[in-house]
Amino acid sequence: MERRRITIAILALGGQGGGVLTDWLVSLGEANGYFVQATSVPGVAQRTGSTVYYLEFFPEDGLNGRQPALALMPAPGDVDIVIASELMEAGRAILRGFVTPDRTRLIFSTHRVYAISEKSAPGMGVADGTKVFESALRNSKSYIAFDMDAVCARTGSAINAVMFGALAASGTLALPVQAFEVAIRACGFTVAANLAGFRAGFDSAGQETGPREATALIAPMPTTAAGRRLRDRAKALLPSPALPIALEGVRRLMDYQDANYAELYLDRLAPIVATDSAANDWALTKEVARGLAVWMSYEDAMRVAQQKIRAARINSVRHEIRAESGQIFHIAEYMHPRWQELRDALPAGLGKLLESSESLQRLAGMALGKGRKVRTSSVRWFLVLALLAAYRRKRRSTLRYLREQAQIGSWLSEVSSTAKSEYALALELARCQNVIKGYGETHERSMRKFHSLIAAQKRLRGGPDGALVLNSLRQVAIMDPDETELGRAVAAIV
Amino acid sequence: MAERSFEKEVEQLRIGAGAEFRGEGILAVTKALLQSGVAYIGGYQGAPISHLMDVFSDADELLKELGVHFESSASEAAAAAMCAASVNYPLRGAVAWKSVVGTNVASDALSNIASGGVIGGVMVILGEDYGEGSSIMQERSHAFAMKSQIWLLDPRPNLPTIVDMVERGFELSEASHTPVMLELRVRACHLHGRFLAKDNVRPRFTVQDALENPVRDTERIVLPPANFLHEREKVEARWPAAIRFIQERQLNERFGRDGEVGIIVQGGLYNTLNRALELMGCSDSFGDAQLPIYVLNVTYPLIPEEVKAFCSGKRAVLILEEGQPEFIEHELNTILRRADLQTRIVGKEILPRAGEYTAQVVWDGVLRFLREWSPKLAVRPAPANPLEPALSKEVPQRPAGFCTGCPERPIFTALKLVQRELGEHHVSADIGCHLFSILPPFDIGNTTMGYGLGSAGASAFRRISGKRPIAVMGDGGFWHNGLSSGVGNAVFNQDDSATIVVDNGYSAATGGQDILSSAADSRSRSTKHSIERAVRGIGVRWIRTIANTYDLAAMRKSLKESLTTKEPGPKIIVARSECMLNKQRRLRPLFDAARQSGRRIVRTRFGVDAETCTGDHACIRLSGCPSLTIKPNPDPLKIDPVAHIDNSCVGCGLCGEVSHSEVLCPSFYEAKIVFNPSLWDRVSHRMRSFIVELAQRFRERREAREAY
Repeated sequence: MERRRITIAILALGGQGGGVLTDWLVSLGEANGYFVQATSVPGVAQRTGSTVYYLEFFPEDGLNGRQPALALMPAPGDVDIVIASELMEAGRAILRGFVTPDRTRLIFSTHRVYAISEKSAPGMGVADGTKVFESALRNSKSYIAFDMDAVCARTGSAINAVMFGALAASGTLALPVQAFEVAIRACGFTVAANLAGFRAGFDSAGQETGPREATALIAPMPTTAAGRRLRDRAKALLPSPALPIALEGVRRLMDYQDANYAELYLDRLAPIVATDSAANDWALTKEVARGLAVWMSYEDAMRVAQQKIRAARINSVRHEIRAESGQIFHIAEYMHPRWQELRDALPAGLGKLLESSESLQRLAGMALGKGRKVRTSSVRWFLVLALLAAYRRKRRSTLRYLREQAQIGSWLSEVSSTAKSEYALALELARCQNVIKGYGETHERSMRKFHSLIAAQKRLRGGPDGALVLNSLRQVAIMDPDETELGRAVAAIV
Repeated sequence: MAERSFEKEVEQLRIGAGAEFRGEGILAVTKALLQSGVAYIGGYQGAPISHLMDVFSDADELLKELGVHFESSASEAAAAAMCAASVNYPLRGAVAWKSVVGTNVASDALSNIASGGVIGGVMVILGEDYGEGSSIMQERSHAFAMKSQIWLLDPRPNLPTIVDMVERGFELSEASHTPVMLELRVRACHLHGRFLAKDNVRPRFTVQDALENPVRDTERIVLPPANFLHEREKVEARWPAAIRFIQERQLNERFGRDGEVGIIVQGGLYNTLNRALELMGCSDSFGDAQLPIYVLNVTYPLIPEEVKAFCSGKRAVLILEEGQPEFIEHELNTILRRADLQTRIVGKEILPRAGEYTAQVVWDGVLRFLREWSPKLAVRPAPANPLEPALSKEVPQRPAGFCTGCPERPIFTALKLVQRELGEHHVSADIGCHLFSILPPFDIGNTTMGYGLGSAGASAFRRISGKRPIAVMGDGGFWHNGLSSGVGNAVFNQDDSATIVVDNGYSAATGGQDILSSAADSRSRSTKHSIERAVRGIGVRWIRTIANTYDLAAMRKSLKESLTTKEPGPKIIVARSECMLNKQRRLRPLFDAARQSGRRIVRTRFGVDAETCTGDHACIRLSGCPSLTIKPNPDPLKIDPVAHIDNSCVGCGLCGEVSHSEVLCPSFYEAKIVFNPSLWDRVSHRMRSFIVELAQRFRERREAREAY
């Protein structure tokens, strides 16, 4: 029996316009000699969940006055075209068996709309998208994949129009481009924007083929005499695989404080290099160079102020909020300094005094008030922030500085002393720096987690699988927003 | 006003005989009702039949022209009770709701109407929310049809059949003095197809006629001795009448060639069955199957004569019946035993007892049946699902969640923060968007007992000392029955619980229909009835109304107070802010118009400085907003992704509130983008930029000198 239908499954997320895309397809089919049936399963899935729309086209010349019995859902091995609005939705289509090598043309966007589980993980919870490409290659007849979201941003249209354009470009429906455009016009809904998105989608189809490779870190070039001097010192001190990271660290710390601070960074790396070797691929050196630079540039009020007022930052905001060039916009920051932040910024003596006196803390609390919106784009607040940023020159006298440096010092000595006997464990210990995150209470919690890991490490020394255990503890620490699970896991190793 | 407007589509409802109708299943049903001369229509919204209610609302004018009374009922019970109009008068009426939950709510009135019987045809349209995408318990409406003796139609899912079954259904109802249910599965409701229309028919007898000429018949009222009479009448008169009608009018259908085995299928599953058969090599696109198929467009009652005729001479018959218990299979076996036919009925022994009958399930099941009972039919197995273990580990679940900028999100952010302070509480949830609180990132809520039952669901937890139970209820559920069964119940029983009533101005989860407390003016309904006043009227003394749910501090304070106050009796917090989906739908055209016409207008949205963000995602765990997401860390020395707000942000302000009151993260900024700036905007901007840029240049020159 001859199979005369064309079947199309669309996988989209709530709010991406899958319903309108379906309407266009209905209109396209009906205007071009097909009997069209379309169905969907909206309902609660519309609220941010994923939804499947399904269409069947049957040529009218084969009807002879009868209606065909068309299916209301995709059957395995019976889907000609699958269009997915997002990378993992393409993966879902493959897992659900909609995509088969003998029949299915798969069209999908390579951008990600992260699921709540990926977003809310305290560290890296993002799924590996390369798996979708590998599976698409194995399971589809052929596929077209590109970043449709980027096309949307460029054209200001919605993603459904771009998907429609990609479908037209695929040629699977064997209909002229004009027919697609007629369908968009017929539905009469934001026609100009949709046509722009459609054409951009049409032109972009087939320009990308696989997942984008991560780019390797390139060492920054020095621009000053001090920079060149530090680069030369770093070159003499560090093995070349660790150099780009260390130079990025130097650049960062000169920006954060000054050249002497960057010298301190290199001083601190020296004993680590001594315990490392090419046989280990300099893994420890690279990891410490990374973590140390991040920790030494810990976020305090001065750092935040410095970052907020730069011209480059204002421009990146402009880009982010998609304001046109020359368009007026105002930026307000959400700042909520408490007495703790004041203590951190005060000279050590005053900071300690504040810490020891509850009445001073109350007073400071009242003076600082509740959280405030700081209008960086106003002259007044810009100048306040600029003053605060300039205050970084006094950073070395602050209580926070002293405490951070002491903790950095003990972490480093712990790492280098461990490295001599247990390299793998030392590497894991170095990685623990990544646990330290956030501001306010989140930061305090992360610091407590870091210290539990350090304490656990001491007990793991000399035992079997110390590195493995610490690695799993670190995963627990990162993924555990409050410290309950970590406490349990640490207790379990005794 | 509802989320989706059907104003364009309802024009199609006017087309007359011979014209071709093209559109959604729900719209086709509406047209069929008008073609049947329906006199009154009611119902309660809920997927998948929300659109039916929306279509009627938008078709107000046409309904008036035809003399049809339509109302948005307060609940399914109210809708079912409305059918009382057909008891004494030849009025055709239709009501619609989401099933099985709506049928549960309506069941008291349904039992009464089924007992006394009707003169005018009554049709209950059930949007059967079963299988993929469903949000409710997986039960069968079939049980209700059986226990109340209401005939159940389950038409083949194509528009001509659906329309025909609506029209025949009214005739069946009148011929047997019994209400009829029309069961429409989710995909059938949203099915786009076509059929040949007929003229709309004005009701022969209108509700006005009935009011002018009241008729009374005590025998139709459910009270002894009439109730015993009704039971007898059901089996002795109405049942045989229905069987006769279904048989004579051939509501059930036969397809395919005769053979040693056959298949009996619920009408709604027919298309899936035929596709499976086609792919196996046993049928074609027009249903010309190589074996006989008996399609039950009426799944209750079964027609014993038809069943016997179909089964006799066959070795085995497969019954394709979705859901459990397998009522039809039981009945088929009874019919065959009574007739002493030896045909083997095969059903749930090879088909799954639970779950939707997808194409894959049907294909596998039919294949097993044919291989065992009719091996000479050459059949192909379904291709196996690809084994992609690496991929399946990566593809994440996408649970439903609050929309971008939803005003309910801050309520649960506040509740999460209050629970951090006061410890975990027992939270009794309700039905509505707010039920998404049970999912990540909030993970709040212990049970949900039904629409408007949030407060009642906490009533066993009478506090002696210590923690109070917390209940959540939406405005939809509140008016549906929460006011009496929840709040009234709590007042009467001197309950001490805290109840949050989420007042977003609409029945939002079902598609944004208006309700009693909606803030909008409505042409055809009376709105703006205050929840606070209703609660006060029923006897609650401790009430707090939060007029802006995004005010996290106020929300937190009231919640804390409701859990700690010494004031006896139930505490009610009315948390009011408009549903963002509907608000945006309302405001966006105004914004665009202002922008186009050159009027000054400001757009607010939020952003995150990637440089300042440390990648801990604490903000996301207190929000879950779709526009608050993550992106790869641009910092080459940092590994974890940073928070990121995409351009779908509507500037609700929660991110700022969360940074202020909890995560203390300075990465968030609020941007106000000015469109069509005034002269003052331009002048002051130029002055500001001049100074700021000067200072910036000075600073950055100096920084550059000291840089790497």
